[in-house]
Amino acid sequence: MARMKLKELESHLQEVEEFENPKILLEQYPTRPHIAACMLHTMSATFDDIENKTIADLGCGCGVLSLGSVMLGAGFVTGFDVDSDALDLFAENIADFEMDNLDLINIDVKNIGEGWENKFDTVIMNPPFGTKHNKGLDMLFLRTGILLASKAVYSLHKTSTRDHVLKKAKEWGVIPQVLAELRYDLPNTYKHHKKTSVDIQVDFIRFSVNKK
Amino acid sequence: MKLLTHNMLTSKCMKAVVTGYPLTIQARDVKVSEVEFNQDFIARIIPKIDWECLCRAAEQLGHLEDLPKATPDNYETDTDFLKKAHHALLEIEIINGDLVCPETSRKFPVTDGIPNMLLNEDEI
Repeated sequence: MARMKLKELESHLQEVEEFENPKILLEQYPTRPHIAACMLHTMSATFDDIENKTIADLGCGCGVLSLGSVMLGAGFVTGFDVDSDALDLFAENIADFEMDNLDLINIDVKNIGEGWENKFDTVIMNPPFGTKHNKGLDMLFLRTGILLASKAVYSLHKTSTRDHVLKKAKEWGVIPQVLAELRYDLPNTYKHHKKTSVDIQVDFIRFSVNKK
Repeated sequence: MKLLTHNMLTSKCMKAVVTGYPLTIQARDVKVSEVEFNQDFIARIIPKIDWECLCRAAEQLGHLEDLPKATPDNYETDTDFLKKAHHALLEIEIINGDLVCPETSRKFPVTDGIPNMLLNEDEI
């Protein structure tokens, strides 16, 4: 399973059930199967951060990144989300894929702190971009990810905030590497979007933690 | 929720809680199922496990069985031990019940295998 091809991974991820009614306050943008597959393939093939690793997925939603990690041979994946509806859907996905090495925790990422240090090898996330009502939430997710990970954190951030993200990463003692610039297609799921879909530029970044 | 996950959970983020660890388990439904044994993975995660907490949790669920009280020195190559660790960490699941903060007795419900660790504003 660990040698799964990118195309095959993407087609499996297309089977993942997504939000029917995304919650605007939580910025529940689904991670598209194509983007998720590309991210996971890079983590696995280039950095060996998936196979046999313990992985935390912060703001996991319906679980596309978690499920993809298991498909690529993750040892164990823990999904964290504040929204119990998203986790219920995630649990259905786990049952549909007949996977048995994931657990879900209904928790506010803001309340993950002391006591959680280095519990995971790798942290993956597609955080809220911290716009609208959630200013600064993307950086809070990133900081929590760095606390939890002993090896690496992978995250998506708006390209327009790159300077800020890289500066903060250095302050926090981790080494950032922008792996890709993605055009993130946000479908018109929300009333405040006037166009049918909007493309935003998003950076896919690896933060090397290496705390051991 | 598997005991691997219970091993990480804490109520420390509540105000006035000093360690909030480990959370006491009051289980109503427990499920034991077979999960594929991955020796390399189990050997890798043993150093991250609070072994005493794992033993206590297994005991609270009535599944302590013959789980050793401590990890042996050469655990990486001790397949018999790693299989027992695998069983305790991944095969025993809390489906419904409560996790109880050891300091405040605040209950965190587990429903359909998902622990609800959400807090009210006045608890933080």
